[in-house]
Amino acid sequence: MILSGEQFIVILLILPLSAAILDLLLPKRAATAVLFLTALVLPPAAAGLGAAVLKTGAISYRIGGWDTPLGIRLYADGLSTLMLLLTSVIGSAISIYAVSYFAEGSNPAERQRIDMFQPVWLIGWTGLNGLFLSGDIFNLYVCLEILTLTSICLIAVAGTHASIRAALRYLPIAIAGSLFYLLGVAVLYGASGTLDLELLAGRITHETHFLIAFALMVTGLLIKAALFPAHYWLPPAHANAPAPVSALLSGLVVTAAFYILLRIASGLFAPVETPGWAGLLGILGAISVLWGGLQALRQDRLKMVVAYSTVSQIGYGFLLFPLTLAGSAAAGYAWNGAVYFALAHAVAKAAAFLAVGALMHQIGHDRLQEMTGAAWRSPFILMAFAMASLSLMGLPPSAGFVAKWMLLKSALLSGHWGYGMVIVGGGILAMAYLFRVLEITMRAPPEGWSRLPIPKGLAFPAMVLAVTAVLLGVFSDLPLRLLQVGPVVGGWGRFAP
Amino acid sequence: MNLNFWLPLFIPSTSLAAGVVIFFLPEQMRLTRSFLNMASAILKIALVVPLIWGVFHQQEYRFVLPLFLEFDLVLEADSLSLLFVTLSSVLWLVTTLYAIGYLEDGFQRSRFFGFFSFCVSATTGIALAGNLFTLLVFYEFLTVTTYPLVTHRGTEEAIQAGRVYLLYTLGAGVVLMVGMIWLSSAVGVADFEAGGIPEITRVTTTAPLNVIFWMLVLGFGVKAALVPFHGWLPVAMVAPAPVSALLHAVAVVKAGVFGIVRVVYDVFGVEAVTAMGVREGLIFFAGATILYGSLRAIFQDDFKRRLAYSTVSQVSYITLGTAIVGPLATIGGIAHLVHQGIMKITMFFCAGNLAEELHFHRISELRGVGRRMPLTMGAFTVAAMGMIGVPPMAGFFSKWFLSLGALEADMPFIIGVLLLSSILNAAYFLPIIYYAWFCEPEHPLPERPATQRWEIHPYLLLPPVFTALVTVLLGLLAAMPLSPLSWARLIMFREYTP
Repeated sequence: MILSGEQFIVILLILPLSAAILDLLLPKRAATAVLFLTALVLPPAAAGLGAAVLKTGAISYRIGGWDTPLGIRLYADGLSTLMLLLTSVIGSAISIYAVSYFAEGSNPAERQRIDMFQPVWLIGWTGLNGLFLSGDIFNLYVCLEILTLTSICLIAVAGTHASIRAALRYLPIAIAGSLFYLLGVAVLYGASGTLDLELLAGRITHETHFLIAFALMVTGLLIKAALFPAHYWLPPAHANAPAPVSALLSGLVVTAAFYILLRIASGLFAPVETPGWAGLLGILGAISVLWGGLQALRQDRLKMVVAYSTVSQIGYGFLLFPLTLAGSAAAGYAWNGAVYFALAHAVAKAAAFLAVGALMHQIGHDRLQEMTGAAWRSPFILMAFAMASLSLMGLPPSAGFVAKWMLLKSALLSGHWGYGMVIVGGGILAMAYLFRVLEITMRAPPEGWSRLPIPKGLAFPAMVLAVTAVLLGVFSDLPLRLLQVGPVVGGWGRFAP
Repeated sequence: MNLNFWLPLFIPSTSLAAGVVIFFLPEQMRLTRSFLNMASAILKIALVVPLIWGVFHQQEYRFVLPLFLEFDLVLEADSLSLLFVTLSSVLWLVTTLYAIGYLEDGFQRSRFFGFFSFCVSATTGIALAGNLFTLLVFYEFLTVTTYPLVTHRGTEEAIQAGRVYLLYTLGAGVVLMVGMIWLSSAVGVADFEAGGIPEITRVTTTAPLNVIFWMLVLGFGVKAALVPFHGWLPVAMVAPAPVSALLHAVAVVKAGVFGIVRVVYDVFGVEAVTAMGVREGLIFFAGATILYGSLRAIFQDDFKRRLAYSTVSQVSYITLGTAIVGPLATIGGIAHLVHQGIMKITMFFCAGNLAEELHFHRISELRGVGRRMPLTMGAFTVAAMGMIGVPPMAGFFSKWFLSLGALEADMPFIIGVLLLSSILNAAYFLPIIYYAWFCEPEHPLPERPATQRWEIHPYLLLPPVFTALVTVLLGLLAAMPLSPLSWARLIMFREYTP
């Protein structure tokens, strides 16, 4: 191997950060070149880290050589590497997409927005990579906050009235979520005297301080992840952002919040985590699955359908908590299933939003009732959307199918028939709201229709992600093997079947 | 890693690759598209031939791709899968030729032929699936890829038909998925095995296994059009004729019934199915479907709808042969898998020809049509005789062995069902033949255009004539070593002598 795992970690953090700074300084063309270069280098870097982690196990990197508790520790195990890979693939697709998206914008003002989009997005990318590499609970906060602030800027980047309003609506709830989490971190630090996840694992007891800290942090993350009943902010924010930003928000930002929850709520706080907690998270997840699905069925704008689908899909991940209580075999399926679900959803949802954006670019709106014959006029884009839908519905061959199979197996194995029905019901709802869309596009268009030219810069990134969502259902062995690598924080290892 | 490993993967891949390429072809590249279609169909058959030889000589062909945890994608050629693969790849070649003749002047051809190829890829995948999980993957893939074919025309009627189709098949898919996961939780994961999966044969009598058995059988039963889950089949008739042929003879209905065959023989196994006491229930379902389908068929005036109800009835012969669980009935049922396919596809080609050339869709319009389209109606007559069970057509042997099987299993009432059904078959097929050959047309039939050499474009004429010929040959040569009947006997021996 040319580079070591530690060096890949450094690249994953330094490259997007320096690219962001360069982007601000360089003239437009060169700035775009820097963005493309970043998009080109990060996926192989993440893959290199993945190979290293598979070979040597989890990697800890102490910044400046200072050991914990004094220094800051970066940490990469199977789970974080998988998330980094996910981020790099979706991030690259979004980067390429965004350049065409803004360049081909309808008005000159919109075309200027790429100057603003690029550096902000690169900082957000740094935040994402940092988040997945953080080995301590405060750095997780810092990165989450970077991500939140860049998200708000990106929602507003189009500069239209609707997008600024969406950004301002997102702002208070996002900040509230961060504050809850930060408060929890503060309580935790006061009670335990450390922020490092590994050190924390030994120090948490069943005292009330820890229960309060846990409750605060979980609440903050539930808001960020848009779990029912804190889901209401998500659909308008995700639907009114520019398409590449919608993909980023639904694909990665929500997943990042779920990732932090995975890190802290699955073993780390075992002394204060009662079955009641797990049950509550499970029930909220179940309600999200069904409520999001029902709402998606009622929307008449395509972007709103896709956004409500995020509410529904994010709920599945939370079924992990009650299912992991059930015992080792079922817990293994639940853990693999939930993480793979997050992965599948991120890729498929990003693909779906990019496809919808490309379609809107062609026909100028996303009103469902006026999309008759879209599959005849824009077959390529609709194909990408349909393949993403396949994964969202959990039909084979797709990543969503693999994930759903594992979750359902876990539910049936542990006798959680109620959750089993929720998993099945959510899938049926997804089929209903997605085939509702596809059906409209399959209707014959009015006389005199013609094929619309394919906007290549928009359609190809969408297609690449959609194909990835399908291929992850066929080649799921490698990502799942990566996932089993060395997690010690919170004691994940015990769930591996 | 040798050829025996990769060969089972190549067979579904040929049409998958062809489909992907066809999607990207511009509409007007007609020749390239047709070439790709035909080339992949011929290549597939060329790949199947050595497989037949190999499986006959007990060679092992097995492809494994680990997917996740204990679930693997397994493609394996055994005697049963080869029967289905051969049937679908031969009929696909014929149907492709027909579809090229039927649709190449239409619209959205790249989309159509792309999904068309995917369908066959899914079907061969179903045939070669080495375990239930793999079977489900391809089974659902088939559902998804047939949807755009059913709704191809995009009319209100087609869209509604597509919706009904999805409602039935996706619903069934969910039941199947839950059933399979439940089964894997109860007894673990195992490949298909002649005589049944050992873990199941050991724990036969427990109650959940009974429920799981019915979930699996009914999940497959929806595509196999078992009454009362047959509703989608007559509705899906609005699809273009080659799609109907595909649904009824090559892919969808066959996939369903093949799933039932796999569940009975290779998952639960002959012994367990008998011990669990589920056999009588399945016989009842199959028998009821046979009679109900035939009865409904009599009252249809729409040609394709009559054929659809006839499929409902005929496909259940296969289920019946499987359900009796005796060696002779097994031969009859499995042989009928091939026989029904060939006869029914002939009929749909003929119905398509009548609609395409004369715009006749109703049976009452068919008076005297035999004089205008003698070869088409000749082919239809042969196939109809076969369906009724007149020797020496292929269908006779299916019914013969099914009846022997009924006697062997000491269930003489099944012979009554078969006889009654044959009478009903005659009652709905003979009028068509009578109208076509022995009646004067009410209005003068449209004349053949002077520029047209045959009664219809040769691409549309060749397929039914060929399959009608095969119907006769399969009957005449039933005793030859590689005839479907002999092959069914081979399958029977391997299932009953573990």
